[in-house]
Amino acid sequence: MPNAATAADPFKGLEKALLLRIHGLMVRARALEERFIKMSKSGDGYFWIGGPGEEAFNVAVGLQVKKGQGPQFDYLNLHYRSSAIALSMGVTPIEMLRQMRNVATDRFSKGRNFVNHYAIPEINIVPMSPTIETQYATAIGTGIANARTPGDAITLVNGGDGGTAEGDFHSCLVWANRPVLKLPILMIVVNNGYAISAKMREEHGEKKISDWAKVFDMPAKTIDGNDPVESWLAVKEAMAYCRKERKPYLLEAACSRLYGHSSSSGANRIPESDCIALFETKLIDAKLATKEQLEKTWHDTLAEIDAAHQQVKAEPFPKPESIWEDVFSDGLPDSYPRSGGSL
Amino acid sequence: MANMAQAIRMALHYGEENLGVREIFGEDVGPPLGGVFTATQGLKTAWNAPLDERGILGAALGLAWAGFRPVAEVQFVDYIFNAVDMLKLIANSTWTSGGLYKTPLVVMTPTGSGIHGSIYHSHSFDSIATKLHGMKVVCPSTPIDAYGLMISAIKDDNPVLFLKPKALLRTRGAELIPGEPADEKELKAMIDAPIGDRSKWKPKWPKVGDYSVPIGKAKISHAGTDVTVVTHGRMAPIALEAAKELESEGSIEVIDMRSLIPYDWDAIKASIKKTGRVLFLNEETEITNFGEHLIRRTVDEMFYDLKVRPRLLCGKATPGIGLATVLENFTQPQKPDVLRMLREILSDPA
Ligand SMILES: Cc1ncc(C[n+]2csc(CCOP(=O)(O)OP(=O)(O)O)c2C)c(N)n1
Repeated sequence: MPNAATAADPFKGLEKALLLRIHGLMVRARALEERFIKMSKSGDGYFWIGGPGEEAFNVAVGLQVKKGQGPQFDYLNLHYRSSAIALSMGVTPIEMLRQMRNVATDRFSKGRNFVNHYAIPEINIVPMSPTIETQYATAIGTGIANARTPGDAITLVNGGDGGTAEGDFHSCLVWANRPVLKLPILMIVVNNGYAISAKMREEHGEKKISDWAKVFDMPAKTIDGNDPVESWLAVKEAMAYCRKERKPYLLEAACSRLYGHSSSSGANRIPESDCIALFETKLIDAKLATKEQLEKTWHDTLAEIDAAHQQVKAEPFPKPESIWEDVFSDGLPDSYPRSGGSL
Repeated sequence: MANMAQAIRMALHYGEENLGVREIFGEDVGPPLGGVFTATQGLKTAWNAPLDERGILGAALGLAWAGFRPVAEVQFVDYIFNAVDMLKLIANSTWTSGGLYKTPLVVMTPTGSGIHGSIYHSHSFDSIATKLHGMKVVCPSTPIDAYGLMISAIKDDNPVLFLKPKALLRTRGAELIPGEPADEKELKAMIDAPIGDRSKWKPKWPKVGDYSVPIGKAKISHAGTDVTVVTHGRMAPIALEAAKELESEGSIEVIDMRSLIPYDWDAIKASIKKTGRVLFLNEETEITNFGEHLIRRTVDEMFYDLKVRPRLLCGKATPGIGLATVLENFTQPQKPDVLRMLREILSDPA
C-alpha cells in the first residue's frame, strides 16, 4: 500500500535518477525503432517489426532482470517487440542495426533473421523466433532449469494478446502450475488490442487475459503499460513473487501500438497515447527535468544512432557460403548434399 | 541379453550416471509405467509430463538452451504431427542464432508399423524428419545399435530425433551390450519393473559401459557383391533375412543406414559402385519418400555405375494403415515383396 507521501507522488517514490534513466532508455528504444522503420522503407533493410509504444513497460522489465548467463540468472523468452527490454539490459543499438541491415556482423543471426530477433547467451536471451507464442513453450524448459537450480532466478516470457489463443500459451500455464513442480515463470502479455488487423475485442471472449490465472489460483494483474511507474512497480511485485515463491505470475500490460503491427500493415504512425510524451509532460510538470534537457536526450540519442547506422552501412553482407555454417554445431560431413539438386 | 527397449533404458541410465542427463520426460515416462514400451522404467530422472506434445518439445528446447541435455519422449511418432512446428524450432535454432546456442537434446519416439497399430500407431515420419534440417535423425534396428546410438545422441550438441521401430522394441540381437548379463532372465530380474505394486521397487543396474555408434555411419549387416539393399529400422532385419534366404541365387549386400541425417553416402556409394544394382527399402509411404531422394542422388552421381534401374520398395501412399492384417500387409513391404524385388533386380539384364 502506498503511504500518504507516495500516494500524492505521481512517481510513487521512484528516485529522480531512475526516472531519468528510464526516460533515456525509452527514447533510445523509440529512436532506434523509428530508424528501423525508415530503413525498411528506404531499402536499407527489409521487413520491420518492433516495439514502439511498449517502451514504458519494457524498460521496467529490462532494468529489473537478474542478468547473466546460466540457470542462476533469469532467462528471457521474448517476442519481436522487445527492443526496449534488450536495450535496458545493455544491448547496443549498433548490434540491432546490424540485424536490421542483415549484414555479416549481425551477431544474433549472421544476417539470417528479421530485426528484433536476438540470441544472446551472455544474458540468457534465448533464440527468438518469428513464430508467435512458441516462446511460451520454450519458457517451460528454461523455467524448469530455473526451478531445479538453487537461488532466485526466474524465467520471463512475453507475447501479444492475439497469440494467447495459441496452445503454447495454455501449455505454459498448465506446466507452470503442475503440483509436483511449480515453475518460477513471469508470464507477460502485452495487450495492444490487436493481432495484425484482427481486434482482440472481436476474437476473444475473455474479459481480461489475466483472468486465465484464476483457474490455477495463481496471482495476476492487468496494468496500464503506458505508465512507466505503474509498470515498474507491477513488474517489481511480480518478479519478487516468482523469485521468492518459485511459482508463476501472469502480468497483462495494456500498451499502445504506435506504428501498427509491422511492415505488413504499413508501419505508419497511429494516433494512440504515446508513453514517452505522457512521461515527459509528467517529468516537466514535476520539475524533474526541463524541456531542453529532454530534447538534449533525444538529440544525443539520434546522433548516436546516426553514427552507428553509418558504420553499419559500410559493413559487408554475409558470404553466400555462410549458409552452411551452424547447420550442425559440429560441421557438415563432406558428403552432405550441397548442390541444391542435380549438379 | 537385452531387447531394444531394455537397451535404450540402459543407455539412458548410462547417460544419467555419466553424461549429465538430468531430465527424461514424456507421457507416462516416469513411474509407475516407465513408458508404454518400458524404455524408461526405473530411471532416476524420468518423470511424467502433461499430455502436451508441444509443451514436451518446448520444454526440451528450453532445457537444452540452459545446458541440461534433456531426453524427451513423444509417446508415438503418430502424435508428433501437432508439434512439427516445435521440432522445426528445435532443428533450426542453432542456425538461426548464428551458432550462438547449441541444442543438445534427444527426442525419442516409437515409429513405424508392425504391431497392428492401425491408423494412429503405424506412421513413419522419415521424410518429414529428414526435412527439418539442423536435426540429426537416427533409427536403429538392433539393441546394440540402439544402445550405441542413444549414447551418441546424448553426447551430441545437436538435436537428435531417435526413432524407435515399434515392431523391434521387443526383439533381441546377437551382440551383448558391454556390461550386461548374457542371461536375459537375469537382466529382466535386475531391470524390469515387477507386475503389480512397484512403489518400493528399484532396479539393479548392470555396470554398462561407454559404447557409441557414431551418428552418420551405416553398418553393412550382410556383405555381398550383386545387389545393394539400403534400408533401416524395421525393414533392416527383413532385408537381412531375405539376403540370407537368397544366398544360393545371388550375393546381397545389406546396408543398415542407422542414421538418416546425416546419412552415410560414402557407404552407399561404395556399395553401389561394386554392385551396380540397388534397392532402397523402407516402410514410409511413396511420394516424397526419403528413399526417393537417395535414388535421385544415385542417378545424379552414379548414373554410369548403375547396371539396372534403381528401385524403391516402400509403403503404399494411403492416408493410413488399416487394422486388418491383410490391409497392413498389403500396404507395408513384407518379406515376400523384398524377395520378389531382389530376384527381379538380380535377373534384370545389365
Ligand atoms: C504461429 C504463427 N502464426 C501466425 C503468424 C503471423 N503473425 C505474426 S504476428 C501476428 C499477430 C500477433 O498478434 P499478438 O499476439 O497480439 O501480438 P502483437 O503483434 O500485437 O504484439 C501474426 C498473426 C506467426 N508469426 N506465427
